[in-house]
Amino acid sequence: MIRLFANANYDFIKWRRWAYGLTAALIVPGFALFLVHGLNYSIEFTGGTLIQVQTTTPVGTGKIRTALDAAGIRDAEIQQFGGANEYVVRARIGAGGVTAEGTTQATAAAVDSALAHGLGAAQYRIVRTEAVGPKVGRELQGKAFLAIFFSFIVTLVYLWYRFEWRFGLAAVLATLHDILTTIAFIRYLNLEVSLVVVGAVLTMIGYSLNDTIIIFDRVRENLRKFRRQNLYEILNLSINETLPRSVLTHGTTMATTLALVLLAGEVLRPFALVMTFAIFTGTFSSIYIAAPILMYIEKRWPGEDARGARAFRPAGAVAPEPRAAPVPPAPSRPQPTR
Amino acid sequence: MAKIRSRLFIIGGLVLLSAWALIPTDTTQRVRDATTGRMKDTTIRRVPINLGLDLQGGIHLALEVDQSKGPVPDPAEAIHRAERVVRTRIDEFGTTEPVVQVVGSDRLIVELAGEKDPARAKGIIQRTAFLEFRITDMKNLFRDALPEIDKTLRRAGVKTPGQAGAAANVTQLFGADTGKGKAKNKNEKSKAAAKDTTELNAPGPLASLLYQGQLPGEFLVPEEQVPVAESLLARPEVQRLIPRGIELKWGTEVASRAARTYRALYAVEDRPIITGEELEKAQAQRDPMTNQSVVNFTLSRRGGRIFERETGRHVQDYMAIILDGRVQGQPPVIKSQIGQHGQIELGAKPLQDAQDLALVLRAGALPAPLTIVEERTIGPSLGKDSINDGIRAGVVGVALVIVIMVGYYRLSGVLAVSALGLYVLFTLAGLAWFGFTLTLPGLAGLVLSVGIAVDANVLIFERIREELQHGKLVRTAVDEGFKHAMSAIIDSNVSTVLTAFILYLVGTGPVQGFAITLIIGITASMVTAVYVVRTFYMIWLARRPDMVTLSV
Repeated sequence: MIRLFANANYDFIKWRRWAYGLTAALIVPGFALFLVHGLNYSIEFTGGTLIQVQTTTPVGTGKIRTALDAAGIRDAEIQQFGGANEYVVRARIGAGGVTAEGTTQATAAAVDSALAHGLGAAQYRIVRTEAVGPKVGRELQGKAFLAIFFSFIVTLVYLWYRFEWRFGLAAVLATLHDILTTIAFIRYLNLEVSLVVVGAVLTMIGYSLNDTIIIFDRVRENLRKFRRQNLYEILNLSINETLPRSVLTHGTTMATTLALVLLAGEVLRPFALVMTFAIFTGTFSSIYIAAPILMYIEKRWPGEDARGARAFRPAGAVAPEPRAAPVPPAPSRPQPTR
Repeated sequence: MAKIRSRLFIIGGLVLLSAWALIPTDTTQRVRDATTGRMKDTTIRRVPINLGLDLQGGIHLALEVDQSKGPVPDPAEAIHRAERVVRTRIDEFGTTEPVVQVVGSDRLIVELAGEKDPARAKGIIQRTAFLEFRITDMKNLFRDALPEIDKTLRRAGVKTPGQAGAAANVTQLFGADTGKGKAKNKNEKSKAAAKDTTELNAPGPLASLLYQGQLPGEFLVPEEQVPVAESLLARPEVQRLIPRGIELKWGTEVASRAARTYRALYAVEDRPIITGEELEKAQAQRDPMTNQSVVNFTLSRRGGRIFERETGRHVQDYMAIILDGRVQGQPPVIKSQIGQHGQIELGAKPLQDAQDLALVLRAGALPAPLTIVEERTIGPSLGKDSINDGIRAGVVGVALVIVIMVGYYRLSGVLAVSALGLYVLFTLAGLAWFGFTLTLPGLAGLVLSVGIAVDANVLIFERIREELQHGKLVRTAVDEGFKHAMSAIIDSNVSTVLTAFILYLVGTGPVQGFAITLIIGITASMVTAVYVVRTFYMIWLARRPDMVTLSV
């Protein structure tokens, strides 16, 4: 029988600083880019017009550009979308031309007639049109923000109810980390942020919490079971014990998201990419962010489970920090105290 | 054994219920006949899962009361009236399973699933906006201005498209028309019109596109030239030359003559003699005596007084019925002074046409125009591609999950995978049962939740392995494994359901579909991963009570 990471005994917490560095290296430049350039919001959010065209032959974006220019439609983004003969034309509100309520409609019609002139009516087919007025766009922005905000609140309340607040806070901070890395990821790949991508981020919140909860559940259990171990060891033990599960679950979930990335078509691709990354970052943060943060919280505001949290190292190890409190040596192998 | 039997009974019941929910049923749909363009009923057999607009193609529209041309006193009330009107209209026009609903205080959502012709559907909905009666250009002011317009256009470098031989067609055109049994004086009139046309036809880029129609102010434009004519007319220098007091309005009707189709363009007075506000009732009838279709309408008292005065001044003039800037049908002639009650005769046209016109009038009683604030149109081919891609991704994803699970957990993995089959069945049945809609993101949610669904089994199996490692007996290890994994399973699923629920509350159509699929999927996975797999284990252990090692 195949057993991955059975009885693993890695000192995950020891590597926390490396993990912080890694995640900071991902987040900081991504966030700098985000602050400078913002995100590539879909027209759902910005308002504007999107037209997906299927041409009979691969005409190239240049020819479509020429057709639009001839009709005086400038500042529209033209992008190949999926197959060689599919293109998406995007005209965002504020990016020239389109300004007021209702004119997004006119833009759609104008693009259609421009293509009819430039390519010939039989040469193309409009397969998708989206025209979103500025008001609807603004509303949706607010809604997306509210959704992320409320899912935070609700999960916080749930965690509060299920765990004590220290665990809950650690889980929420880990999730916050996931949101930051995901934003950085979206920025790096310049993925289009649509409502579906926001949906992916929300699902990611649930999924990442799920992961943290599995580990914390085990931590809670082990804290009752192994009275002699300190928090550092319990965390490491719990992460190691749940490691096969993490690997398996992420394997299966990632298999499905990768299938979506590769096969489910262009519309779903940003969603699938974000989900794939989310699974990765969710696992990472559950191990390297949530657990060390729990240690920090227990150190700062010690609770009943704060055994040895101050030491920040396994019991019995040589204290590298001078102010570490003395801890009694622990048995080499955890012993159930039942 | 009794326990196993009752469990199997419950599972069997769920399977039957799900299968029943998914049995293809006959549903009647109204679809548009491709050749005639009329709606007809067809019965098709399909699995009763609602597909979202993004999967079957269709149109999503969000409309608001247009306040850009002046404030509307009570937009909320106006949008509710609009909703009623749009609903009646869509039902009568017979689009398949339309959704018409007011969202928030002042927005109307119209969803037309499976609608293949966005222009037509948008036309129907947008036509609800504004009704007015205007007199056509009786003095031919616009026609007289045409040479001047053409001169300007030529100066601007617009070339005249070659139209040689077209004049002959036009003569034919009206010849055919009058052949349908119209009055003699009409015949003479159209001959005169044909002469007009030949005169008009020779010069100019614009005039060569316009054929004089049967009544003053009516012009016919070949369908394929409509965009050209539209762009010419939209030019500012042309706009300036259109005579004062005259506006140009396109007609809705497409006439086909001698293998060509023409769209009507009307020159009408810029001032309505009356608007839809004054209209109270409109009813289509078939006069039993003459077998003619008529529309009877009633105006408000104030409207009646205005109409009496105006029609008195315009006897024998043609009155264009304009809804949303489009002239509806051919303008009828005002035979005599009309007061509060009037009648529009449609002659030998079918009652359906009269009903359409009555509908237009009733809908036009709406005082405020609607503006589309959001529009999404998805072509049916794109939807089909999305379904195919989604299914392909789903099959590959599920196959990978099966390989991983069976490869890693062997026989236990097989149990989990067979439970997964039930999981997909239950989820689809849940969608069908509650009438939720499967959207493209929902399809992604379904695929994704297959990956997540096995998580519960992974938790349980890992737990069983640990218990076995601690030297527990197989039976005890299985019991303990399920027991200890439960709290983690519930915790993690509750957190996912909570976020999905929020997504449902805030999201729009497609995203809501994703949230719903996720919620149903997670619920179904709880049933299959825990209850069904547990039952499988019980059967397995009952068959092999002496089992020492477990394939997990």
